[in-house]
Amino acid sequence: MTILRIIRDLLKYDSRFRLAFIFLSTILIMMLLSLVSPYNPNKTFVVAMDTPPSLEHPFGTSSRGQDIFWWMTFAVRNSFLLGMVTAALSRVIAIIVGLIAGYEGGWLDKVLMAINDSFVVMPLLPILILLGFLLRGKMNFFTLGLILGVFGWPWDARLIRSQVLSLKERAFTRTAVYSGTHPFWITIHEHLPFVLPIVFATTINNMLWSIGMEVTLSVLGLSDVSTPTIGTALFWANQHGALVAGVWWWIAAPTLIAIILFLGLYLLFSSINEYIDPRTRLRLIGG
Amino acid sequence: MRKFLLHYLLPRIAQYLTVIFIGITVTFIIPRLSPTDPVEAQVSMILSSGSAVDPEAIEHMRQALTEMYGLSGSPLEQYIAFWGRLLRGDLGPSLSTFPTPVTRLIGQALPWTLGLMLTAVILSWIIGNVLGALASYYPKSKLIYAIDLMSQAVRPIPYYVVALVLLVVFAYLIPIFPFSGAYPVGTRPSLTPSFVLIYLKHSALPALTLILVGFGGWFIGMKSLTSNIISEDYVVYAETTGIKERKILTQYVMRNAMLPQITGLGLSLGTVFSGALIMEVVFQYPGMGMLTLQAIFRNDYSLIMGIAIYSIIGVATSVFLMDLIYPLFDPRVRYQ
Amino acid sequence: MAILSVRDLRAYYRTEAYGISRTVHAVDGVSFDLHPDEIYGVAGESSCGKSTLIKVISGNVKPPLKAYSGSVEYDNGLQKVDMLTISPEEMRRNIRWKEISYVMQGSMSVLNPVRKIIKTFEDIVESHRGIQDKKVFREQVEAHINRLGLPTDVLNAYPHQLSGGMRQRVAIALATMFQPRLIIADEPTTALDVVVQRGVLQMLKEIQAESKNTVLLVTHDMAVHANVADRVMIMYAGRIVEEAPTKTIFKSPLHPYTKHLISSLPMIGVRTTKTSLRGSPPNLANPPSGCRFHPRCPLAMEVCRTEIPEMVDVESRHRVACHLVKGGAL
Repeated sequence: MTILRIIRDLLKYDSRFRLAFIFLSTILIMMLLSLVSPYNPNKTFVVAMDTPPSLEHPFGTSSRGQDIFWWMTFAVRNSFLLGMVTAALSRVIAIIVGLIAGYEGGWLDKVLMAINDSFVVMPLLPILILLGFLLRGKMNFFTLGLILGVFGWPWDARLIRSQVLSLKERAFTRTAVYSGTHPFWITIHEHLPFVLPIVFATTINNMLWSIGMEVTLSVLGLSDVSTPTIGTALFWANQHGALVAGVWWWIAAPTLIAIILFLGLYLLFSSINEYIDPRTRLRLIGG
Repeated sequence: MRKFLLHYLLPRIAQYLTVIFIGITVTFIIPRLSPTDPVEAQVSMILSSGSAVDPEAIEHMRQALTEMYGLSGSPLEQYIAFWGRLLRGDLGPSLSTFPTPVTRLIGQALPWTLGLMLTAVILSWIIGNVLGALASYYPKSKLIYAIDLMSQAVRPIPYYVVALVLLVVFAYLIPIFPFSGAYPVGTRPSLTPSFVLIYLKHSALPALTLILVGFGGWFIGMKSLTSNIISEDYVVYAETTGIKERKILTQYVMRNAMLPQITGLGLSLGTVFSGALIMEVVFQYPGMGMLTLQAIFRNDYSLIMGIAIYSIIGVATSVFLMDLIYPLFDPRVRYQ
Repeated sequence: MAILSVRDLRAYYRTEAYGISRTVHAVDGVSFDLHPDEIYGVAGESSCGKSTLIKVISGNVKPPLKAYSGSVEYDNGLQKVDMLTISPEEMRRNIRWKEISYVMQGSMSVLNPVRKIIKTFEDIVESHRGIQDKKVFREQVEAHINRLGLPTDVLNAYPHQLSGGMRQRVAIALATMFQPRLIIADEPTTALDVVVQRGVLQMLKEIQAESKNTVLLVTHDMAVHANVADRVMIMYAGRIVEEAPTKTIFKSPLHPYTKHLISSLPMIGVRTTKTSLRGSPPNLANPPSGCRFHPRCPLAMEVCRTEIPEMVDVESRHRVACHLVKGGAL
C-alpha cells in the first residue's frame, strides 16, 4: 500500500499537505451531504427569504427562498465534477500530444508545439466568452466541462513532452530501441509510468483552472445558470443585488467555500509536486 | 548576426503569425459550428421587441445581416472575405449602438484596460521578482516567510473572487476606496491634477487585485529559480572570490534568474488579460471587460467578435514585443 | 613551516527528508600540510571526497555539508587563521582571493554568462581594493593578462564567445590577480582536450615558478600529477591512503590502491593488459568497516575487515595507511 504510506508520510512531514487534507475533507463532507439534503436545489421559495445565518440555516437563506448551506452542497459537488470532466478530457489530449511530440520529434513535434504555444499565449477568456455567448441557453454544465477540456491542455502537454524528451535520453529507452521494441510500446510501457505522477499533479492544477473559469463564465451569465455551482451562486447573488441589499451571506458563503476549495487543491498540488520532483526534494533536504 | 536572425528572430516571427492565424481561425470557426444562427437570433430579437415589421423588410434585414456577418458564399469564400475585412481593419458596426463601428468602441475602452494592466503587470513582476530572490537568498527572514505564505494563499484564488473580497473589504466594510468605476459619474476625463487623483483612487483596488494575484506567481517562480541559481558554478565561484554579497545577489543571482521570468511574462499576458477583463466587471471599470459585459447583455454579437479578435492580436503582439526585447537582457542570444 | 595544515578533518553531508536521514562521510579523518613554494597534488577517483576537502579548505561549507571535527589552519607568516571558525565577512575581506584563490572544477561555467569578462575582474577588484580610476584599472588588468599571454580583446567578450581553453586561462588570470599565497586548482584541465590541457598546465606551472606560491592541484588524472606536482596525496573513500614526493609515489608506491592507479597509466612500450579493480567505489553513506579499500583489495587480510589501518611514516616524506606495510609484508 504505497499510496497509503505516501499519504501518511506527507501528513507527518508536510504542513501544507495537512492543511490541504483538512480543507479538502471539508469539501468532501459537503459534497457527501448533498446526498441527504432536505431541500431540492432546483426549487425556489422553499424557506423564508433573506434570513441571516442561524442554527437552522448555517449560511442563511437567499432572496430566492433557498437555504444557502444545502444549496452550496450541490454547488460544490457540481463545480468539483466539472473540474473532473475538464481534467479528464484535457489529460487525454495533453498525454497524446505530449507523448507524440516528445517521442516523434522532427516536424511533427514542431507543428504540435507551434499549435500548443499558440494556445498557451492566447487570451482564452474572450474566446470562451464568444463560445458561451453563442451557446447561451443551450449550455449545460457537462458541455461546459468538455469545452474547457478542449482548451485546457497546452501547458500540460508541454510539460509531458519535456519529460518524455528527458526520458528518451535514458539508457533503458535506448536499450528498448536497440532491442527492436516498437516505439509505441516503449511509450506505453516505459514512459507512461514516469509521466503519470506529473499527470496527476497537473490534473489538480487543471481542475483549479477549470473551476475558476466556470466562476468567471457564470458570473457573466454565460453558463447554465440553473445548475448550482460556485459560479452560479455568485451569479444569482449578483442578480438580486445581494451586496447592495445587505444580504452579505449570500456572497460570503460561495466566496468562503471557493477559497477553501481553491486553497485545498492548490496546497495539495504544490505538496505533491514537491514530493514527486527529486530536485525540490533535494532542495528540501539542503535547506 | 545572420545566426541571430535565423535562429532567434525568424522562429519568433513565425510563432507570432501562427498564434494570430490559429486565434483568428478559431474565432472564425466557432460561430459557424455553433447551433445558433446569429442572423436568425438577431431577427427574432428585433421581432420580439414588438414592433410590427412587414415580411419584405424582414427579408431585407436578413440579407443585410447575412452580408454583415460574412455568412454569404461558401465557407472558403467566407474565410477569405473574413481575413480581407480584418486586414482592412474593418470589424463592422456594433449592433447595439448601430452604426458605431466596433473598432471605435474598442478604441475607447482599450486605453483604460491597457493603462491598468500595464501598471499592474510591471509592478507585480518587479515586486514578485525582487522579493522572490530575497526569499531564496535569505531563507531565514520571518518577514519574507510571511509574504511567502500570503502569496501562496492568494495565488490559486480566481481573479473574480479576489476582486470581490477586496471590494467587500475596502469599499464596503472599510470604505476607504470608491465602490466602482474609474471616475465618478458626471466628471469628464481630463489631465488635470484633481482628475488624476480621482482616477488613481478609483484604480487602486482594481490594480491591487491584479497585483495580488499576479505577484504570487512571480514570487514563487523567482524563489525556485533563485534557489537553483545559487548553486550554479558562477555564483559559488563569485562567493569564493570574495565579491560583495550585494553584487552577487543583484548581478549574479537575480540578473540570471530574471531571464526565464521575462519569457514567463510574455507567456502570462493572455491569462492576465483574461483576469483584467473579469476584474473590470467586478469594479465596473470602463475598459474592455465592461465593454464585453455590455456586449453580452445587449446581445451584440459583432462587438463580442471584435473584442475576441482584438484581444488575440493584442496579446500576441505584446508577446512578440517581449520576444524582441529579450535579447537585450541575454547576450547569449544577442551574439550567437 | 606549513602554510596550511589540516588535522583530523571530518566533514559530512547530513540530510533528512520525509523522516529518512542519511549521513555521507565524505571526508573522514584527513591530516596533511601544505608548504610554501610547492605544487601539492591530490588524487583519487570521483566521489572519493577530494571535492569536499576543497570545499572545506576554501571556505565553501554550506548545508547539508558540515565540518564536524578537526581543524584547518592557515598561516601566512604574519597571522594564523582558523578556517573553520572564521566569520564569513572576515573570510571575505582578508582571506578570499588576497590569500587563497581558486580555479574551480568545471571552469567552463564559472563565469557569469550575462557579464563581460572585464566586469568579473571589476567585481573582484572593486570588492577587495576598490577602484578609483577605471582607466588605470583597465590598464592594470590588460597588463596582467598580457603577462599571462592572453589577448586584451578577451576582456570585452562574454563567456560563451570564448573557447574552453580560453575560459580556463581567464579563470587562472582571475585567480592570480592579487598574487595569492595559495591557489587551489580543482580539476583545472578535466574538460579540455589534450593539447589545450598541456598549455593550461604549463601556464599554471610557470606562474608558480615565478611567484613561488603554493598550488593545491586536485585531479583524478595521475598523468597530470606526474607532470606537474611536487608531492602527491592519494585519497580513497574519504581518507588519505598514501602521500609522498611525486617521484617516490610513481617509482615505489606502497598502497595497493596507489599501485592500481599507477599501473593503469598508459606507458610507451609496455604491453601488459590493464586490470581493473573489482567492485565499485564504496557508498560513503555506509562505508566499509576497517580499511575502506578492503572489499576491492586483491591483498586483503582478515585484519583489514575489522581494523582501520594507521598512517605510518615509511620514510621522512612518505607515509601510507595499510596493514601490509605496518606488518612489514611490503
